[in-house]
Amino acid sequence: MKLIFEKHKSARRGFSYASSDVPEAKSLPDKYCRKQEAKLPSLSELDVVRHYTNLSQMNFSVDGNFYPLGSCTMKYNPKFTERVASLEGFTHVHPLLPQLAGGGMLTQGSLEVLFETKKLLCEITGMHGFTLQPLAGAHGELTGVMLIAAYHKDKGDRRKYIIVPDSSHGTNPASAAIAGYKVIVIPTGPDGYMDLAEYKKQLNKEVAAVMLTCPDTLGIFNPRIKEISDMAHEAGALMYYDGANLNAVLGKARPGDLGFDVVHINLHKTFGTPHGGGGPGAGPVGVGEKLVEFLPNPRVIKRSDATYALDYHRHKSIGYIAPFYGNFGVILKAYAYMLRLGKEGLIRASEMAVLNANYCRVKLKDYYQSAFDKPCMHECVFSASRQAQTGVHALDIAKYLIDKGYHPPTIYFPLIVKESLMIEPTETESKETLDEFIDVMIEIAKLAQDNPTAITQAPVNTPVRRLDETKAAREPNLRFV
Amino acid sequence: MSYVPHTKEDIQEMLKVIGVSSIDELFGDIPPALRPKSFNIPPGKSEFEVTKHLHRLATKNATNLINFVGAGFYDHFIPAAVDAIVNRPEFYTAYTPYQPECSQGWLQAIYEYQTIICELTGLDVSNASLYDGGTALYEALMMAIRLTGRNKIIMDSGVNLIYRTMLYTYTSNLSIEFVEIPIEHGKSSRSDFSKHLDDKTAAVIIQNPNFFGVVDDYSDVVEQVHKFGALAIASVYPVSLGMLKSPGEMGFDIATGEGQSLGIPLSFGGPYLGFMSAKKGLVRQMPGRIVGQTVDSQGKRAFVLTLQTREQHIRREKATSNICSNEALCALRAVVFAALLGRDGLKELAQLNYQKSEYAKNVLSRVSSVQVKKSSSTFNEFTVLLPRDADDVVHRMIEKGFACGFPLGRFYKGMDNYLLVAVTEKRTKEQINSFVDALEAVL
Repeated sequence: MKLIFEKHKSARRGFSYASSDVPEAKSLPDKYCRKQEAKLPSLSELDVVRHYTNLSQMNFSVDGNFYPLGSCTMKYNPKFTERVASLEGFTHVHPLLPQLAGGGMLTQGSLEVLFETKKLLCEITGMHGFTLQPLAGAHGELTGVMLIAAYHKDKGDRRKYIIVPDSSHGTNPASAAIAGYKVIVIPTGPDGYMDLAEYKKQLNKEVAAVMLTCPDTLGIFNPRIKEISDMAHEAGALMYYDGANLNAVLGKARPGDLGFDVVHINLHKTFGTPHGGGGPGAGPVGVGEKLVEFLPNPRVIKRSDATYALDYHRHKSIGYIAPFYGNFGVILKAYAYMLRLGKEGLIRASEMAVLNANYCRVKLKDYYQSAFDKPCMHECVFSASRQAQTGVHALDIAKYLIDKGYHPPTIYFPLIVKESLMIEPTETESKETLDEFIDVMIEIAKLAQDNPTAITQAPVNTPVRRLDETKAAREPNLRFV
Repeated sequence: MSYVPHTKEDIQEMLKVIGVSSIDELFGDIPPALRPKSFNIPPGKSEFEVTKHLHRLATKNATNLINFVGAGFYDHFIPAAVDAIVNRPEFYTAYTPYQPECSQGWLQAIYEYQTIICELTGLDVSNASLYDGGTALYEALMMAIRLTGRNKIIMDSGVNLIYRTMLYTYTSNLSIEFVEIPIEHGKSSRSDFSKHLDDKTAAVIIQNPNFFGVVDDYSDVVEQVHKFGALAIASVYPVSLGMLKSPGEMGFDIATGEGQSLGIPLSFGGPYLGFMSAKKGLVRQMPGRIVGQTVDSQGKRAFVLTLQTREQHIRREKATSNICSNEALCALRAVVFAALLGRDGLKELAQLNYQKSEYAKNVLSRVSSVQVKKSSSTFNEFTVLLPRDADDVVHRMIEKGFACGFPLGRFYKGMDNYLLVAVTEKRTKEQINSFVDALEAVL
């Protein structure tokens, strides 16, 4: 398809403003003005609408396709949350208004959303306080690590290391390193759990925190999690919970009760806010009691007269993580989602997510090598190692699935499973959808035996065929000229 | 209620296939002692009830205030076509385009977004967006530190205090030395830049227009910065780039900014859009996602996420940043907004903002007790000196239906009587006049 710039025609207009109703002012001195104009494309409104409508149709989306993308939790996004989030009472409010004298009372609705969301998240995770500021999951991780650093610093304790298992999301070690820590990686044992002996060996008084996902990226809940957190606490380290997989345990386990001190939640995963092709998400961070005083500024509080206000007078706060109060539009959708589901609905969501994952695991285990042969939580991990023997790799399976109308499972991750296929069906998919998907997966396993080239040629039904990714990286072409 | 489709029969059948007798058995790995101590969440509500509740909350926010508050976040008009496009579920319910063959729409849209950011800023390469203007500035700072191997940052105090505070927060555990350049008469002091620049300097950070709305040509400062082998970073307001000299034209190495003004609602602080562009040679240190053009196996043009070896999912603790997602949907708003406006529309928008704020300056200067700072050129925001505490004036003006500006005393010592006033294209002559009348009455 042509680029929008290739459709440009001089003097065509897609939008115009009312002519100025004020007398013309003296022009800005020439030295401040640009010489070379920004070459934006000029088009009619219909040109623009049609261009992007056509582009949209070249995407797989949850509304159109099953998206079993492990660890990314792509569940259905309820429609009514879009409608409430677009109410002018929410979208038109300037974020500085509650910070102006007399402005707080004019933003009570938004402040209440923030306060109540925080309260619900505290209860769901078993935490004492929350900041809604972090703008994405990885941003929440960085915030969490900075809170941990502030905690140790406050105690006069200089610690250098953060422990992560080798199965962790890549963002965990990256966030730890960016906050100034050295990373210690603990291998996964043959049972799929973090190697406890190695963990014990590495844990020392210089470890600031242990970052874990529970259930982990292999879809496994470690029953010895409390032992792990007790050991960390004994060494004076804090426990960090990567909430990417929280969808599996709503009402079944709370990070706070498992001994975690800091938690981030990907609202777009667990609470069904749309992920918009890569964002915006939101990554609120919850903390146990001893870390509340370090949370970013400002905090939303409820006064004794039941009005809401912002509190800046917190001298131990780490500061500002975001310009204001987080991705408010996303937080609002998550709040609506939580109210809608309520206690039973949230528990039910986890139950059906886990049921769906185990159903896929069992139905497919005769055709694909299970990474770890045991019941899983919300995602099941296979390896296409058997298929690889006939030249059909996880990547080929992914591409064939695209031809069949399915978004492929995660195949680039976890790094410790070769030819990984990480399937996360989520709770919103029906048995019929799973059965159809499973049939295709079985068809692929058979084709890999009988006619591997049928798979390695895929996809053939897409707007473009397989891409030359090496060329893209070697000769970067990152803009239209 | 949740959005699960399972019937009782489905569940029984599935449990049978799995070989367990109950749902509970699936959670057997969670020991009883680790079950939640409480899960005190209210029961679920109907869609109607939740919608009604949120409508009620929305009406508790004031939407009829006439807005003259900017301070980096502006009340611009958003064409309806922007919402119509980004509300297409094929865009908003998709994920990060990891599988390019079924994500060409998103990938092309982001490639177009990158081009628009490069055009606006006058630089060569852009990433696929970052969280917001402040985090983008932080990422630029970290880029400069990696590229130069130095750790001193010279920052103009005309950079929004919100961003400056964010930079201090983010770097609090790293050994970075910051020097802030004071503002004199709304402009940064040139001699102070020269005084502090040395071979330990990694970067100089400047905002244009600065927090006081003052515009400048920083070519001379950038030239100085380069003499010391440091990088020049500009934080810019994209609407102003319809008119103002671009960071590229002044020689800046990296430009960042808040993209909220490009078709994104104010939304009480987010989601917003951090943009970043840079000179070509810096691309491998640029954080976040980047989309590149390539060809498919049939030689057809295609788009893909590229240069991923810098990223956390490959490099883990050695990655250039920890960023995993971006603000794609907001980036889409920006590119659609820019495409709708086109070349002429963007210039028109910048002109309108400039003209209306100049008009407001003129009318305000007729109020005898108000001093309008006219010594420097400004874009659509400017400073006025009031005869008394600006906080108090703001409070009284709110009661009259005007969000009249940002009291500078909150961010700058000794400026308690100063007010920062922003005027966008949405403000009519009549609104500006009544704003001035109300202010006169309050004073």
